[in-house]
Amino acid sequence: MDLIAEDCGDYLLIRALGDRIDAAGAIGFKDKMRELAQTDHPRVVLDMSRVAFLDSSGLGAIVAAMKGLGAHRKLEILSLTPTVEKVFRLTRMDTIFTIHTELSEGLRNAV
Amino acid sequence: MQFEPALHILADRDLRVPRSDLHMTVQGDAVSVRAGLGRLMGSAPLMRLSPDCRGTVEIVMAEVLNNIVEHAYRAGPGPIRIAVQSNAARLTVSVCDQGQEMPQGEVPQGLLAPLGAQEDLPEGGFGWHLIRELTDELLYERRGLFNHLRFSISAEFEDEGPIVSHFE
Repeated sequence: MDLIAEDCGDYLLIRALGDRIDAAGAIGFKDKMRELAQTDHPRVVLDMSRVAFLDSSGLGAIVAAMKGLGAHRKLEILSLTPTVEKVFRLTRMDTIFTIHTELSEGLRNAV
Repeated sequence: MQFEPALHILADRDLRVPRSDLHMTVQGDAVSVRAGLGRLMGSAPLMRLSPDCRGTVEIVMAEVLNNIVEHAYRAGPGPIRIAVQSNAARLTVSVCDQGQEMPQGEVPQGLLAPLGAQEDLPEGGFGWHLIRELTDELLYERRGLFNHLRFSISAEFEDEGPIVSHFE
């Protein structure tokens, strides 16, 4: 899973470039997230607009990435595709993560 | 009364020779499962489904196959046989492997762990919950050295079939 990070001032934007986060790629995803998120940004935003498919291992890796940030930093999600949104909804993870629909002023100002 | 023998023959034939739209064998490791899912989703019976229904099928199949890789074949990979039958209302999927039996010989309940503080959030245990939410008639049977799992998914097809215009 290719991920690229961009410093957006008050948050770090990490873009997932691959189209799936699944059992075969979950460990690589988790390691790369840990490496990229070693900044001082209080918020990390994961752009998932290109990810068409996520399985439970991939979801576990995203949860692990959030826990890896520690108690005082947040992982937020930008843009879920329909199948990925279904996995978040059915596992109720949509109630845990702040999910933004688009990169907007709202995202920039969200707390 | 005169229809009974005919119906009986039809039912009997259906039972002995189930019509199967698709048969596939996938090697039970994570990389092969990813490639196998790609082949399955690109197959004719599944290409006709609506995008939403395709998403459901892909989630369920990924969870079922990953579960076999991680649990049934935890000692080492083996083959996974998949058969898909479809009609206008539903897909019926059979999945067979020769790995370890399910714990207690039954399909796990798939109850979600409570979602509390960030540091306590579960990183797994979602798979059977997703399967149970998205399937009907989930059946598991251990037969000799084989695990047989069978389930159905409500089928929704694309609104429009192949567009054939008679007016051009």
